[in-house]
Amino acid sequence: MTQDDIFQKVKATLVDALNRDDDEVTLASRLQADLGAESIDFLDIVFRLEREFGIKIPRGELFPESIFQGDPSLVAGGKITEKGLAELRDKMPFADPAELDKFAADPKLDNMGDLFTVNLIVRYLQAKLSA
Amino acid sequence: MRWIWIDRFTHFESKKTATAVKCLSQAEDHNTEHFPGFPVMPAPLILEGLAQTGGILVGEANDFKEKVVLAKVPSAKFYREAHPGETLTYTADLLDLRPEGAVVKGRVTSDGDPIAEAEIFFAHLDQNRSAQIFGDNNFVFSGELKYLLGIAQRVATTETSA
Repeated sequence: MTQDDIFQKVKATLVDALNRDDDEVTLASRLQADLGAESIDFLDIVFRLEREFGIKIPRGELFPESIFQGDPSLVAGGKITEKGLAELRDKMPFADPAELDKFAADPKLDNMGDLFTVNLIVRYLQAKLSA
Repeated sequence: MRWIWIDRFTHFESKKTATAVKCLSQAEDHNTEHFPGFPVMPAPLILEGLAQTGGILVGEANDFKEKVVLAKVPSAKFYREAHPGETLTYTADLLDLRPEGAVVKGRVTSDGDPIAEAEIFFAHLDQNRSAQIFGDNNFVFSGELKYLLGIAQRVATTETSA
């Protein structure tokens, strides 16, 4: 399956899950800021991707949760710590390194949602499907 | 206040599908105001009936140990109004069941006539967090909803032995 095939299926999934128009979903779209996803939508998206692609997505694998659970060694003063950033890179090997670097330059917890883009999902599925 | 919007289960296959019926009566309070002179079953209550049918299907799948809450209705379509005197049939099929929640696809018919369709997404409340807030009591399946399954079993037994 090519990257575009995956993108088209992901796009259709997000159109259904988030009630968006087809042309609103691009690779660069951020799930929360651009497409209006709320926390429960992330679970819905995971369920739909599993059905659509016939795969299992273990909890926290696509959208890591550990960072959000208030561990002071990972998050301090509203920012992700060095240890937190290392954990993020470890948990999200499929993420675009350039996007992670951009986030690491100003690792505010509030900005972390910007990492969750359509591109991230496509890259995750590419890695998963070729494994 | 009773908040039960189905009358009886007529078919139940664990972890698979459930069918329930709801008889619409002119005696229901909402029919006097919704609308005066033209009683219509409110669409959200139709959806609630479908969610109760699906919610019990999801709850039973884990022996009512999870607190099942309606998290999202990704899609709902209504084809026509339903009026007192009709019997609605709610059918919910389990699409997905995971530790975090479940998805059901449901349809509502009246004498075979399509009334509505919806996909309903249920979440299981986090066991640890909800125990801190609500204690061990499962407020979702506190009795009335589970009681419905009991009615279905008793009626089925009566019908078989008659």
